[in-house]
Amino acid sequence: MTETPITRAARGTPPTVARKIKGLSDRAIAWIFVGPTIFLLLAVNIFPLIWTINLSFTNFRANRPNREVEYVGLRNYERILTDTDIWLNMQATAHFLFWTIVLQVLIGFTLAYLINKKFKGNDLWTTIIVLPMMLSPAVVGNFWKFLYQPQIGLFNYIVAFFTGKDPSSFEMLGQVNLAPWSIVIVDTWMWTPFVMLICLAGLRSIPDYIYEAAEIDRASKWRQFWTITVPMVMPFLMLAVLFRGIENFKMFDLVVQLTGGGPGSTTELTSINLKREAFEKWRTGYASAYAIILFVTVFGLASIYVKALNKVKER
Amino acid sequence: MSSFSVTEPSTRSKWFAGSLVILYALITMVPLAWIMLTGFKSPADAISYPPKVIFDPTLEGYVNLFTTRTRQTDEFLAANPPETWYEEIVRQYDMVIAGPSKFGERFLNSVIIGFGSTFLSVFLGTLAAYAFSRFKIPLADDLLFFILSTRMMPPIAVAIPIFLMYRQLGLSDTHLGMILLYTAVNISLAVWLLKSFIDGIPTEYEEAALIDGYTRFQAFYKVVLPQAATGIASTAIFCLIFAWNEYAFAVLLTSGTAQTAPPFIPTIIGVGGLDWPAVAAGATIFLLPVMIFTVALRKHLLRGITFGAVRK
Repeated sequence: MTETPITRAARGTPPTVARKIKGLSDRAIAWIFVGPTIFLLLAVNIFPLIWTINLSFTNFRANRPNREVEYVGLRNYERILTDTDIWLNMQATAHFLFWTIVLQVLIGFTLAYLINKKFKGNDLWTTIIVLPMMLSPAVVGNFWKFLYQPQIGLFNYIVAFFTGKDPSSFEMLGQVNLAPWSIVIVDTWMWTPFVMLICLAGLRSIPDYIYEAAEIDRASKWRQFWTITVPMVMPFLMLAVLFRGIENFKMFDLVVQLTGGGPGSTTELTSINLKREAFEKWRTGYASAYAIILFVTVFGLASIYVKALNKVKER
Repeated sequence: MSSFSVTEPSTRSKWFAGSLVILYALITMVPLAWIMLTGFKSPADAISYPPKVIFDPTLEGYVNLFTTRTRQTDEFLAANPPETWYEEIVRQYDMVIAGPSKFGERFLNSVIIGFGSTFLSVFLGTLAAYAFSRFKIPLADDLLFFILSTRMMPPIAVAIPIFLMYRQLGLSDTHLGMILLYTAVNISLAVWLLKSFIDGIPTEYEEAALIDGYTRFQAFYKVVLPQAATGIASTAIFCLIFAWNEYAFAVLLTSGTAQTAPPFIPTIIGVGGLDWPAVAAGATIFLLPVMIFTVALRKHLLRGITFGAVRK
């Protein structure tokens, strides 16, 4: 054990006196402090999770609580994994995930790179850029719906202004080919600042002397960018992608308010689909199995990703 | 430039970078500015084509947001001249104010549930974070990861059993139920974030206090808490903003008494689906506090959104 004032004082104090001075032992305090948090999480997260697992093997319907519940084994899981509609929802989610991450990384990194040029007033503008990500996604979705209105919406007007098209000739939320992009646009508007902030922290963590050394070695700016800047920012960028990935996999509020999953089911992300099954069709057992599959997917993907992230960090 | 440095960007590149960033900032502000403007338009101006930037500002949207109105006969209107400025606004449409709308209540619910859950999660989070930061806890890393992993569940997935559980316990659509739920969701953020702040406080102060005869508990609240004040305050704001913005649980588990503003605002639009100014007014009132908090929080923003993983 290392010599600290405490250990020295402890050695010099008789045990009975020591107990009086310290009051409760550290171990007791540790458990008193951590206990309530763990208890709350067990009650509101783990207990429900176990309940969901249990429900997932049944044909329980929450709107008919008095009906007898039968155990159906793995049938719910089988039906979900062979259901082609659910694969369509998965594809919609994948499209949303892929494009939001690509766009947010590109725009976010570029912005961070530019802000890191330390021009005058960059703090002020950074704060302004950050605003959208702190807002309520449901309310944001709701007012973007207004902007997306054909004919009267500002978005259509601006697009029409620059392209010369008729503003009522396209419906961002109503057309099968545009709706998946409408949700990508809003999510990118909202969350690019998140990636930007994390990249900015990465850029600021690079010490000046590395660039100075590279300059002495006569490395070109281009080479410096690819051999210093990018690798050093990479762990930060990957962390940002992890956060955005998990969040967008769970995406519900923003998209529900914007498109409600439509038109048809083109923007029906898995969370929205799950909500339909659980709270509109009331197929509770089936929806529970669905929830477990989603949770295992996020958890699995996130764990693999974190391993990769740690490898990048070690380099 | 007085001293030459290879890492200092040239004036020209600063100027270039600055203008691009400012351009982005202005574009990104357009939707927000538009919604705030729309709150001061009349319903007709709000849906005019081309979109109007210059218009006669009116408080109609705000009046509609806070009131319910009924149509009245001409005789009634003639017999009862409007007494207040908001009555006058409503009279343009031959209507009278019938009473307050539910927006006030929903907003108050947001405040009660937001502050209640924030207080609880910061209180519990501070204790847990202190313990994780200072004591040897068996399997501490696993426990911390467990705490974080509760955030990975899609809210809808958790909502199914919570819905059943709350129905059984009579917690559906109650303030207490929502406060407990939001506390459970926020506690992972509170623990991780506060741990990162408390880790940054040197242990020497507490050790000195312990030698001076403080108990561990006294040392915690007389020495550590004051030093962690900034961290606690910014954690509280993050928890508050999250609870304030939450929609999925609110829409599934509340319908009346405890319904918060986010599920309510989209319903303001009304039967005809045309009262955009009232929706915009509601959104403005609801979003403004968050914007102010964000500006106040800007120094700790990064740490907050990454659960304390990235510190500046």
